[in-house]
Amino acid sequence: MINWTIILSIARTHLLTKIKQTAIAALGVTFGIGAYITLVCFMTGLNKMLDDLILNQTPHVHIYNEIEPSKKQPIALYDEFKNSFNVVHSIRPKLTQKKIHNALPIIDYLERNDNVRGALPQIKTQIFYISGSIDIGGNLTGISPLDEAKFFNMSDYIVEGSAQDLHNTDNGILLGIGIAEKMSLDIGDRIQVSPISGEVFSLKIVGFYQSGIADLDAIQSFTNVKTVQRILGEAENYITDINVKLHDISQAVSMSKEIEQKFKLKAIDINTANAQFETGTTIRNLITYAVSITLLIVAGFGIYNILNMLIYEKMNDIAILKATGFSGKDVQLIFMSQAIIIGVVGGILGLLMGLGLSLLIDRLPFATEALPTIKTYPINHNPWFYFIGIVFALISTFFAGFLPSRRAKKIDPVTIIRGQ
Amino acid sequence: MKYVLEAQHINKYFRKPVLFHVLKDISFTIEQGEFASIMGKSGCGKSTLLYILSTMDTDYDGKLFLNEELATGESRQKLSYLRNKHIGFVFQFHYLLSEFSVLENVMLPAKKLGEKTFEEIEHDAMEKLKVLGIDKLAKKRASRISGGEKQRVAIARALINNPSIIMGDEPTGNLDSYNSENVFSIFKQLSDEEGLSLLVVTHDMDFAKRTDRIITMEDGKLIS
Repeated sequence: MINWTIILSIARTHLLTKIKQTAIAALGVTFGIGAYITLVCFMTGLNKMLDDLILNQTPHVHIYNEIEPSKKQPIALYDEFKNSFNVVHSIRPKLTQKKIHNALPIIDYLERNDNVRGALPQIKTQIFYISGSIDIGGNLTGISPLDEAKFFNMSDYIVEGSAQDLHNTDNGILLGIGIAEKMSLDIGDRIQVSPISGEVFSLKIVGFYQSGIADLDAIQSFTNVKTVQRILGEAENYITDINVKLHDISQAVSMSKEIEQKFKLKAIDINTANAQFETGTTIRNLITYAVSITLLIVAGFGIYNILNMLIYEKMNDIAILKATGFSGKDVQLIFMSQAIIIGVVGGILGLLMGLGLSLLIDRLPFATEALPTIKTYPINHNPWFYFIGIVFALISTFFAGFLPSRRAKKIDPVTIIRGQ
Repeated sequence: MKYVLEAQHINKYFRKPVLFHVLKDISFTIEQGEFASIMGKSGCGKSTLLYILSTMDTDYDGKLFLNEELATGESRQKLSYLRNKHIGFVFQFHYLLSEFSVLENVMLPAKKLGEKTFEEIEHDAMEKLKVLGIDKLAKKRASRISGGEKQRVAIARALINNPSIIMGDEPTGNLDSYNSENVFSIFKQLSDEEGLSLLVVTHDMDFAKRTDRIITMEDGKLIS
């Protein structure tokens, strides 16, 4: 039979009369948990930002016609040299068309697949931006602006104007910010572009694009698919790239293989394109957790230490409690409940501290070229971190209290009473 | 006559640092209402015997009966309960919980027993303090009162569960003669008026002479 009222009232008296010690022990937990919450929210927020940097812009599967040499050179087809060792010098890439053959039916086919969120056509072409007698080389990509904004967070990189503006303007162009600066152009101005064929087209600037990579921003512009087709003088089925976004990113590899086989096209999945990115994420997460666990363990040792001292000081109390009829288990529970109370109070304060600090960081200004739409430091407010934090606070205080309290349980009152 | 306490052939060895036979075949009884004292030279084993009788020390051979029930071999949990309900303990050093008030110290064993409501316990505790003439100290912290007062609080605490027997380990050993006299008369009064059994280990010949019965020990044996 355990009488919780009396055990808790003794624990409370012990804690309150040594309020300074209690506060220090609880603060140890508070700082541990608070630092854990702040760190983990900040680090995962940062990780997510860095991941998004790549994931948002990169298609899960990118389909295009690769310019490459034939895998089977003609000599391999000639039977007479079948058993000889052939050396071919100066291999040239095979002449193929840039456009994807039957692009529109392929897009239709892909969009019928349940795992595909969107399959977007693009036309990539080289052009010159013309300013008086100066030609600046660059890339013009024909896109479906609204779909790009929906699936690839295009809007995050449009610093002025919007995807909707580009969609609405027939001869509009979304100009790279670097070109705009070089040519001193503003929204509403017109810019002349010329494809390699030599004709000159005048396009209206509807917005500016900034990816964060200066080299790219100095050459890259976007316009509608139809506008590019018109500039190049090509038909409506002229599509050079298809970007596919999937529901489940882990399907990217198998999907790209399937597409390569079925349509005899080059299909690159995101894992191949960005192999280093996943390694970076894993290692950053590893560091985050290593640091957090260290913090929590240090806090745990703090509690262990203080409870140990408390029990030394309370030897007489323990002896008298046992002599007047409290069992070893009661005494253990008295000290365990002290540890748990310290853990709960310190842990909750730690959660509040973590919340406060991460809200503060969330408001700190953070300007980066790479992500023009991000204004403050990234924070990942995930309720799970708070849950893990409080659970860890309880577990660590439980163990920190368990060992000293087990010692209190085993103390023989006779040795203490006689020892006086 | 009913025996409150009965010891049968109790033997006890200290194993460290060398094997030492402390208590040699001790058998005796305490009747209800008896006020007995144990006397003997230092080191003759009288305190050791008392801790065995109080059930705190379980490492012995022989049998111990409390209220004619066998206490030997019971679980620690059960022994704690027996101690709580049937034995009141008064030590040489006062052993109060220094962070609690006098009243809380007295109430603690009753709260642990849990047979009465909080109000009843508080009322009982005040009654005991009144009997011992220290009811004015009830709200004071235990660390703020004098030695003689502390010992009386310890007696009040020993009485709170209306035990079958009060055991004392030199309860007057650390007190001046005035307070010693005071504690003795409280014991005497409890014995005479309430019919309480008492067993007190003491060095004090004057104290022992005035009890009902003196049990003398020498070299681990009872000699009278």
